[in-house]
Amino acid sequence: MIIDLFVSHYNYWVVILLMMVGFYTLISRGNLVKKIVGLNVFQTSVFMLYISMGRIKGGTPPILVEPKGTGKGHGGADTSGGVEMMGETAAEILYSNPLPHVLILTAIVVGIAVTSVGLALAVRVKEAYGTMEEDEINRIEEEMEEAEWRRGRGEIIHEILGKFPARRALTAPSGAEADA
Amino acid sequence: MINVVGIVLFTLLGATALALVRVRNLFAVVMLAGVYSLLSAGLFTVMDAVDVAFTEAAVGAGISTVLFLGALALVGHREARPGHRPILPLVVVAVTGATLVYGTMDLPGFGDPANPVHHHVADHYLEESSREIGIPNVVTSVLASYRGYDTMGETTVVFAAAVGVMLLLAGRRRTPAPEPDEAPAGAADR
Amino acid sequence: MRDDFIVRVGARIVTPFIVTFALYVHFHGDFGPGGGFQAGVILAAAFALLALVYGLEAVQRVLPPWFARACAALGVLIFAGVGVVTMLLGHNYLGYNALAHDPKHGQHYGILLVEFGVLVTVFGVMTMVFYLFAGRAGRDE
Repeated sequence: MIIDLFVSHYNYWVVILLMMVGFYTLISRGNLVKKIVGLNVFQTSVFMLYISMGRIKGGTPPILVEPKGTGKGHGGADTSGGVEMMGETAAEILYSNPLPHVLILTAIVVGIAVTSVGLALAVRVKEAYGTMEEDEINRIEEEMEEAEWRRGRGEIIHEILGKFPARRALTAPSGAEADA
Repeated sequence: MINVVGIVLFTLLGATALALVRVRNLFAVVMLAGVYSLLSAGLFTVMDAVDVAFTEAAVGAGISTVLFLGALALVGHREARPGHRPILPLVVVAVTGATLVYGTMDLPGFGDPANPVHHHVADHYLEESSREIGIPNVVTSVLASYRGYDTMGETTVVFAAAVGVMLLLAGRRRTPAPEPDEAPAGAADR
Repeated sequence: MRDDFIVRVGARIVTPFIVTFALYVHFHGDFGPGGGFQAGVILAAAFALLALVYGLEAVQRVLPPWFARACAALGVLIFAGVGVVTMLLGHNYLGYNALAHDPKHGQHYGILLVEFGVLVTVFGVMTMVFYLFAGRAGRDE
């Protein structure tokens, strides 16, 4: 019973393991390229889930085997015994499901296109910040924001002081210093 | 019954994926990603998806590795040591994984011909394709004819992605090399 | 790598076979595994190999970037154009039966044309993306 469950569900479990490995890389690593690799692992696990579903026990790839009698001209030199054999197997041959294959085939190519966009973004981030680590990018952003805020506060103080001419004369030197 | 080759490949795949997370040299990570793609291509062959295996081997192990290496030449190959213990991500991943495994208990067994997946449109494709389309490879006939709209959309997506990369990377603007992270902060302070 | 004699000669010998294999994969896609997506990627890989061994400038003399860009757009146009042609012939959009008297032949031509569009786009896109990454790396040196 356990063995049966293991054999019939092993695929799904490995797919989930891979999916979680990709997901973990995505959320726990700060490096942008590493994140993209994690995304690729995640993606491939989904491909594998689809292909697992399309598989049929004892099936063959979905490329039709023509019975030789109605074939497209080639193989006319075969013996009649061969023809019988081919006809018989072709009648009851079991093909895997082609639909998941089609979906995943196109998804792989779209996946690499999306990956290249991600890498291009990573390159631009590296050029703009000088780093690809998410923590450092956040730190730089915060510093910039703080500097911006400080400057903004300074401007507000100047504005307020500007409304009181007497005070303004009092604080003029420091104000001039800040302007310089 | 799933054969031994499949189980071995799946196990190797899991090991490669775990190594991918641990290794911090990004060159090694990219090479492992190529190995991972090649292993999954082998697995696709075992599971009868020859077209998919072909694509995965050409795209995942070929072009994708070259693109990653090209990007690494631009961004450097060192990954910083993670600053804090990844407790929260581990918990999230464990809970999600457990939920998904619980979900698989209701899935039909692997490779059963009676599974609902195989009895919607797939029957039609397999039975009528040789009469309606007349080419042996059903994957091609579904890809290009039955689901031609789909494929056209995917081609457009690939094209759009290329335009995106071009907009991001083909710009004439060369960033000033010395300390690009210091310049804006210094400007803001002044 | 550019000074390595064996790599240079090896790349030169292998490239024609890769290109031929790509064409085989495309035109044999109806009968066996293969098709436009795979063929486009393999064709792009041939040029990536040359660029890795002989340098980007040498390859861009053979295959200029504008050509790759044109390919990327042209493939989508071929695909959509086949649909327009079948519509003008009085069938549905992408109804390949219109392309020949025998519906099966029509389907065959239609699939080959459409896959050719896919090949051209995928080849153009992959080459272009590779050029962009490699070209930007070269500029910084």
